[in-house]
Amino acid sequence: MTSLTSQVINLFASVLLLIAFAMLSQRRIVTLINLFALQGLALVGSTVTVAWATGQHHLYWSAGITFVLKVVALPLILHRLIRRLNVKWDIETLINIPTMMLVGIVLVVFAFNLALPISEFSNSIARGTLGIALACVLMAFLMMITRSKAVPQVIGFLAMENGLFFAATSATYGMPMVVELGIALDVLVGMIILGVFMFQIREQFDSLDIHHLEKLKED
Amino acid sequence: MEAFVVLLAIPLLGAPALWLLGDREIAPEVNAAFSLATFAASAWLTAEVISGGPITAWNEQFFVDALNVFLVALTAFVGFTTSLFSRPYMRIEREKGKMTGPRLRLYHSMYQAFMFTMLAALTTNNLGILWVAMEAATLATVLLVSVYRTAASLEAAWKYFILCGVGIAQALFGTILLYFAAERVLGAEGNALLWTHLNLVKGDLEPAIMSLAFVFLLVGYGTKVGLVPLHNWLPDAHAEGPTPISAVLSGLLLNVALYSVLRCKVLADGALDSRFASNMMMGFGLLSVVVAAFFLSRQRDVKRMFAYSSIEHMGLITFAFGMGGPIANFAGLLHMTVHSLVKSAIFFAVGHAAQKAGTQVMEDIRGLMKVSPTVGWGLMIGTLAILGMPPFGVFASEFLILTTAMREHPWATPFLLLALGVAFAAVFSRVQPMVFGDTHMQPLAHQPALVPVFVHLGLGLLLGLYIPPYLAAWYAEAARLLG
Amino acid sequence: MNLEGLLAQLLAMAVALAGGPLLAGWVNQCRAWLQGRRAPPLLMPFRMLHKLFWKESVVAHDASPIFRITPYIVFGCMLLASLIIPTLSTDLPMAPAADAIALVGLFGIARLFISLAAMDIGTAFGTMGARREMLVGFLAEPAFLMVLFTASLISSSTSLATTVSTLAHREFAILPSLAFAGIAFTMVSLAENARVPVDNPATHLELTMIHEALVLEYSGRHLALIEWAATLKLFAYSCAGLAIFFPWGIAEARDHAALLWALPVLAVKLAIGGFTLALIETILAKMRIFRVPEFLATAFLLGVLALLVHLLLGA
Repeated sequence: MTSLTSQVINLFASVLLLIAFAMLSQRRIVTLINLFALQGLALVGSTVTVAWATGQHHLYWSAGITFVLKVVALPLILHRLIRRLNVKWDIETLINIPTMMLVGIVLVVFAFNLALPISEFSNSIARGTLGIALACVLMAFLMMITRSKAVPQVIGFLAMENGLFFAATSATYGMPMVVELGIALDVLVGMIILGVFMFQIREQFDSLDIHHLEKLKED
Repeated sequence: MEAFVVLLAIPLLGAPALWLLGDREIAPEVNAAFSLATFAASAWLTAEVISGGPITAWNEQFFVDALNVFLVALTAFVGFTTSLFSRPYMRIEREKGKMTGPRLRLYHSMYQAFMFTMLAALTTNNLGILWVAMEAATLATVLLVSVYRTAASLEAAWKYFILCGVGIAQALFGTILLYFAAERVLGAEGNALLWTHLNLVKGDLEPAIMSLAFVFLLVGYGTKVGLVPLHNWLPDAHAEGPTPISAVLSGLLLNVALYSVLRCKVLADGALDSRFASNMMMGFGLLSVVVAAFFLSRQRDVKRMFAYSSIEHMGLITFAFGMGGPIANFAGLLHMTVHSLVKSAIFFAVGHAAQKAGTQVMEDIRGLMKVSPTVGWGLMIGTLAILGMPPFGVFASEFLILTTAMREHPWATPFLLLALGVAFAAVFSRVQPMVFGDTHMQPLAHQPALVPVFVHLGLGLLLGLYIPPYLAAWYAEAARLLG
Repeated sequence: MNLEGLLAQLLAMAVALAGGPLLAGWVNQCRAWLQGRRAPPLLMPFRMLHKLFWKESVVAHDASPIFRITPYIVFGCMLLASLIIPTLSTDLPMAPAADAIALVGLFGIARLFISLAAMDIGTAFGTMGARREMLVGFLAEPAFLMVLFTASLISSSTSLATTVSTLAHREFAILPSLAFAGIAFTMVSLAENARVPVDNPATHLELTMIHEALVLEYSGRHLALIEWAATLKLFAYSCAGLAIFFPWGIAEARDHAALLWALPVLAVKLAIGGFTLALIETILAKMRIFRVPEFLATAFLLGVLALLVHLLLGA
């Protein structure tokens, strides 16, 4: 447990947080996908560091799966998707980025306070990372709430999963392998279903704007 | 052991088999046959549990005890009857042009996949796999909800996917925290997420971590249970999806999600040594009951209305488990069983009624009794049963829940009584003119399958009058397990 | 106050007064090279100052005393600022008088007066410039404070001298908070010194300028003082950034050899820093004025993130 490992993990944690903020304020779909891939890469980096520091070999495998899935496969699928859906250069009109940033900062503080009593029990190499992971999850959640287009919402969903994965690797050195495989499979299948789904939405509404999906309301 | 393999293998094989079978005339029958085989396997498993007690299999990754064995049987049974109901229902939909060959293929294949995920969620001992199975259940049903490809169904499915996706992500965080707590006691091997192992050491789990973990787990799986305020997806998904799917969502999926919450509650109770988990469940439950009851009266769509009724009942069950104690737990388990039987029967009847009327809007459905007395009586009796009229099983369980509430939490009783009263008035006043009165509806092209309706209602009646001793013993055993 | 300290302080003052225009000349030269132009001589700013000091100073009829005293106040503020920033040595007699927060205050006073003076004459450009300057300032100041707070928290002191000596002495560690703070600081410096993505120091294009609009009415020695103050500001910001983020080579208290060694080190660091600034200015395009708040909000966010990361992760 050298302190250098701890520092490297903290570095990746802060990069994840930074990317979470960047995603929150990013208007371009293409850049959003690239940021998502970058987040995946940071995740792989931190997982490998944890694996190396703790000698947990199964973490190398999960780092490999993460790399294949989140750095290569999913961004590739998303890029293909937006090309096929012809929304590649879509720019979303985000209102009030500064407010969202402030909400994001509040979320970080909140997440950290929530995780504080737990981090004390963490005898792992990275104490505060659970709070960062929770903050990433909450910010991805915020992103899903504030976006009105289908693709960014999905990216928010995937980013949320990234935060969860980070929580799993940094706080507990990874879940059992069966579970991780299952989660990865679910994410992949979910992504494919969503892809199919977006074509259906577009076919129906000629647009991927979720605002069309507000007909079902309580009268 | 073999029973497990057979139980899980049948629907798992059924999904690709039905996909390969494609759009054949006999596909609905094959679907029903697979469901029947699953039901037979569940009966076999149940028999083994009756004779030999709890069983574990595959390195303890799967297990059955008193708490899940009856849910397995119930799931397989309702899955089977729903597949019977869906045969004529889907044929009619196809003739109306709402379903096409490829969509039916997807429907049948996903139906089996959905059954598999639910059975896997029920029988797994590993809380991580439980999460995976619950997420897979969402994925399997999301395309079924949007199968009509109408604007409304797409919206419902999107909402369903996103909300349940977000919810289930919270549950994953809860699971991670749980593992974090468990790993400190059980070590980092694979069995730190096995429920049976956790149950043995639950007193040693760190309370601070467990309380946070339970909050996330309750919110996460609670989204799937349809607890207010996380219920928004539920009415849409029920109203816009095909009726057999509404029946299994309401009758089975909600139960399975609640079952996941219960497993977590047992651990949280053991670790916390306080009523924290129970109070949270009571709060969510009571809120769901009251809010859903008041929303009931505002509905115009019949399936939406019964979806809200499901939220109300799930809230009631959650409240019962929140109160805890042998009687309330017993009542909760009983209510889970009868609600799932009666509610699916109602959806069967409603499905045919809506097909006859060509609409789901209640004002346009009139005089079912004249066109088709069986559908009319099915809907009427089902409604009375779900509203808690004696001598149906719902009455028995609601009575037990209410008396326990009066004794232990008197403050909650007025809310419950008010909610049940409002629900009764709202639902009955809507259903009554649908069943009686004049009509100009036409008979259907295919003979509707109404045997499942009456079988379900008969079972619901039976459970109100007489609970078989082995079932009562299970309930008591499971209630003891729940603490 | 001992003699040695006094000498060091005087040396620092001399370095600042000479180094400011020199740095400005160096940046201009680098920029010219990078843009493929023929570079002006390095000492060009000195010639400018010389020329301006010998020119007559014209003041508008209805100018109030504020207009007249502003150049002196601004120059004084900037000189004071560059005195409390440890450029060569951390042993500064002035340092206890003012800490990091006072530094921001000094910049604030200068901004206030220059904006008042710009509005004093009542021309349209002056008012517009003052408004823009205030817009930039009120967004840049909190971001700058966040950066300074981060550095102060790491060294648990708001005194710049203590901060720098603590940072220089800690053992090597990867501090993401300092990295974020560094990026935020760079962005703030660009905005505060009227550099390219925010303002263009090389043009007098009416609609885009901020700094030039403020000083449009000044001439002669007044203008000379203000321009000198601007170079001092750039110098102060550069030195502050170098001292906080690259503190190696700054002399300790009572270490004469190191003090002599510190001067060439500072020169090299400033040369590299100036080149980087020129590079940034060449690569980036000036942004629309309405994008400036977003740019500075990002800087603020990075500053807050740096603070949070330090508080939450201890890194």
